[in-house]
Amino acid sequence: MATQAADTPLEAENPDAVVVRFAGDSGDGMQLTGGQFTLSTALAGNDLATFPDFPAEIRAPQGTLFGVSAFQINFGSRQINTAGDAPDVLVAMNPAALKVNLAALKPGGLIIADIGEFTKRNLDKAKYESNPLEDGSLAKYDLLAFDISALTVEAVKPFGLGNKDALRSKNMWTLGLALWMFDRPREPLHEWLRAKFKTKPDIANANIAALDAGHAYGETAELSGPLKQLHIAPVESAPGLYRTITGAEAVSLGLVAGAQLAELPMFFGGYPITPASAILHHLTRLKEFGVTTFQAEDEIAAICAAIGASYAGQLGVTSSSGPGIALKGEAMGLAIMTELPLVIVNSQRGGPSTGLPTKTEQSDLYQAVYGRNGDAPMPVIAARSPSDAFECAIEACRIAVQYMTPVMLLTDGYIANAAEPWKVPDPASYEKFPVQFLTEKNDGDQLLPYKRDAKGARPWIKPGTPGLLHRIGGIEKHELTGNIDYSPDNHQRMTDARKAKVEDVAVPDQEVALGEATGKLAVVGWGSTYGPIHQAVGRARRKGLDVSHIHVRHIWPLPANLGALLKGFDKVLVPEMNTGQFKTVLRDQFLVDAEPLTKTSGQPFQIAELEEAIGKYFDGIPGNEGGEVPANEQQLPISESGHDDGTYPDAPFHGDDAALPGEGSDTGAVNQ
Amino acid sequence: MNAPVKIETTLKDWETDQEVRWCPGCGDYAILKAVQRTLPQLGADPANTVFISGIGCSSRFPYYMESYGFHTIHGRAPAVATGVKLANPDLDIWLVTGDGDGLSIGGNHLMHVLRRNVNMQIMLFNNEIYGLTKGQYSPTSREGTKSPSTPLGSYDHPARPAAFALGSGARFVGRGFDVSKNLPDVLKAAHAHQGAAFIEIFQNCIVYNKDVFNDFAAPKGAEDRQLWLENGAPMLFAGGTRGIALDRDRLELKVVDVVDGDWQAAEVLVHDVTNRSIAHMLVEMPFGPFPMALGVLYDDPRPTFETAVIEERAKASEGKTADLAKLLGQGQTWTVSGTAADPV
Repeated sequence: MATQAADTPLEAENPDAVVVRFAGDSGDGMQLTGGQFTLSTALAGNDLATFPDFPAEIRAPQGTLFGVSAFQINFGSRQINTAGDAPDVLVAMNPAALKVNLAALKPGGLIIADIGEFTKRNLDKAKYESNPLEDGSLAKYDLLAFDISALTVEAVKPFGLGNKDALRSKNMWTLGLALWMFDRPREPLHEWLRAKFKTKPDIANANIAALDAGHAYGETAELSGPLKQLHIAPVESAPGLYRTITGAEAVSLGLVAGAQLAELPMFFGGYPITPASAILHHLTRLKEFGVTTFQAEDEIAAICAAIGASYAGQLGVTSSSGPGIALKGEAMGLAIMTELPLVIVNSQRGGPSTGLPTKTEQSDLYQAVYGRNGDAPMPVIAARSPSDAFECAIEACRIAVQYMTPVMLLTDGYIANAAEPWKVPDPASYEKFPVQFLTEKNDGDQLLPYKRDAKGARPWIKPGTPGLLHRIGGIEKHELTGNIDYSPDNHQRMTDARKAKVEDVAVPDQEVALGEATGKLAVVGWGSTYGPIHQAVGRARRKGLDVSHIHVRHIWPLPANLGALLKGFDKVLVPEMNTGQFKTVLRDQFLVDAEPLTKTSGQPFQIAELEEAIGKYFDGIPGNEGGEVPANEQQLPISESGHDDGTYPDAPFHGDDAALPGEGSDTGAVNQ
Repeated sequence: MNAPVKIETTLKDWETDQEVRWCPGCGDYAILKAVQRTLPQLGADPANTVFISGIGCSSRFPYYMESYGFHTIHGRAPAVATGVKLANPDLDIWLVTGDGDGLSIGGNHLMHVLRRNVNMQIMLFNNEIYGLTKGQYSPTSREGTKSPSTPLGSYDHPARPAAFALGSGARFVGRGFDVSKNLPDVLKAAHAHQGAAFIEIFQNCIVYNKDVFNDFAAPKGAEDRQLWLENGAPMLFAGGTRGIALDRDRLELKVVDVVDGDWQAAEVLVHDVTNRSIAHMLVEMPFGPFPMALGVLYDDPRPTFETAVIEERAKASEGKTADLAKLLGQGQTWTVSGTAADPV
């Protein structure tokens, strides 16, 4: 395992990046705190990446280890691609939060703890034999412990709240302190609280008072200890309008944009599943864009209804995660056979079977590329980051309607939940791809429903069109008329035609994300490993190593130049959060000696882990390449908790018990 | 049903150029003819009509109808049809399924399309056997059915399609059989019903389950064994000499003799298609002690699923414009000019 630097950026006058992890009980509102801190960080002009980590349990018992909820943010004055390897600052709202997250904290890092919660009862629940704040076990860290609970109660006293209610504003107090610590204005938070509690001014004022009190504590207490204000300069960014976005939001917006560019209404068939449900939640609120959402009785019905909608002339979309995608397999074959457009979003999670519902993995690549009965080719695209998911969703829609084919878009639990700043694109800058339905016979006085165009696509014919009556189905059909035809040569030709159509999908040439187009080592990734690979390759290159980063969006068909590109490197290393699936595809397609670097602990790669793997190529020891990255106790998600899709808000804060479904989702309400 | 403009067609107009591939003598032929005879009477427009099916002998049906047709996958036709209807509510959809397709592999979807009340006609061809896979017993096969997969006789209790439909929340339940001259009337009533209209059609599989419905479907003695229900008419059979009455002590149906045509004296029930309680008794009425209840057993429409979806979409869109640029830039945003960021 990689060693961590002993010094922390907190020592520096003007650090270029800091990693903060907020951790508390799932009732403490950590996701909301993190989400609002993210927003203030974005407003301050820093680049950032986040990792929310909620317990899988809906309401875990208070104070327990498995009830810990955490939110990590990495922000800085330089480009940030990951949520950070290890935190510099850990905010621990109770003993369980400290216990579960302490191993992650960098030596010399800062712990901010609420003494008020370190009671005998809570220490017992966290399985502490003695109070870690007092027994010297935290000696290698900076510790800042004070009674946040009491200070919060004091701050909101004028609003006449009971003790229990008052304590619910603790997270706002903590957020106030964090705002002071990183020199952030409070006004946007004040505005947000007033807007959120428009009809409950007392609640708004109590939360504002708590926030201000936390801020004032940092400002006026003049602590001689480790607390000091840090200034992190804004990052150089292209001018424009920005917002933060999660992968689930980006997929939803990209699908809406894709349907608009195709000039089609969209039909979304879904079935609740972690971590894909957020897409259904987002889309159902966008009905004015001609979006119909349908929560089906099961995964199969969700895709079948989407196929029905596509047949009737809308853009059918369905979404799920691994187990649900498996159930949809037969219906994907129907869409391939009937050659109807369809977008299938797979927010991957750990498998097989139910696997790790709340943890991330990239282990559905085989399922996406190969996982259907028969020769059933289908384009597959993988998003590399939350904001990239927007572009990929549009690309999936374009391929689906232009080639009359289902397309799978792969994201994963990390992309779905993580947030990053997003330069809001101008929709007018995207080329439209309006759909032309067939309105009259296409072969003299004859209709040939399977007569192909130059792209190999058959015409899209809406039922209801006079004069174009025809029948389609999952049975093999005549290559032109679409009538049932089992004859040997016809099946051969149709199999070939379906294969050729998908293989000939126009895919842009593969570019090198970082480094030269030839050299000693290419690190080839796909999907959410983009961030850590990019950073690791960047660091290696700064050390003078001849290494390049190639990140593949088009998994199937692969870019035409990819084989030649890979052959320009002595070695190819493929880091994946699976046991080496893309590696196998690359070997098969290009006969290149791609080496796998795998990690299947439900955690994203750390930059340091990849850096170490890259280093091995240059240490001169033969065969010392690739391998398996073990589970990492410093990282989120931590063993006792997972992150969820935000369908159930992380018991937010004062007076907000009945938050709307979907509120506080993803990173916690940055875009409400 | 949705046919705002009535179109003049003949039976021939609904025939395709495809060779019909059911076994000679199969009950499916009679049903195909009944449907092709009914559609002209409805003024149905072939361009606006979609036949959607799953897998099985019955599901070949769309290939033989000169309309739009979608032969989908096993059991999933109700889900596909739901998507079609939501995408284009103006289409007139006929779902074709069988006892295996609709009640075994697709039982879940059938239940949900019925409870949601998606506007379409659902014809379930019940032959109490798996035909296309060569004769295994089906979920509607009677106990003791000997088949390749149950050589010693089946022991599961059969599902009752009409009872399943009503229990799932269907607002229209009809019954007929392949060669019945009344089948077109049941189809017409189903078509007139706004919502999911379920029709169980007993169909004779002459190869694997021959004449299994002969007890009531055979012309000889049919009068005594068939109860054709008609809204507003007394529930009489056997030439008006017998009728169905309510056993008020046991709250169940009973057969009563009618003397001199005085059915009122015998307290024979008058069929009210909107009476859900009686409908529950009719779909459960065991054949043998009772005649087979046929015709429209229940018909009481309520708002359809697609209407609710459309209304909700319209309401949710009220006062909103589909402004993509605005949507992308919504929420809390900031602008960057150079390196300074300002909240907007």
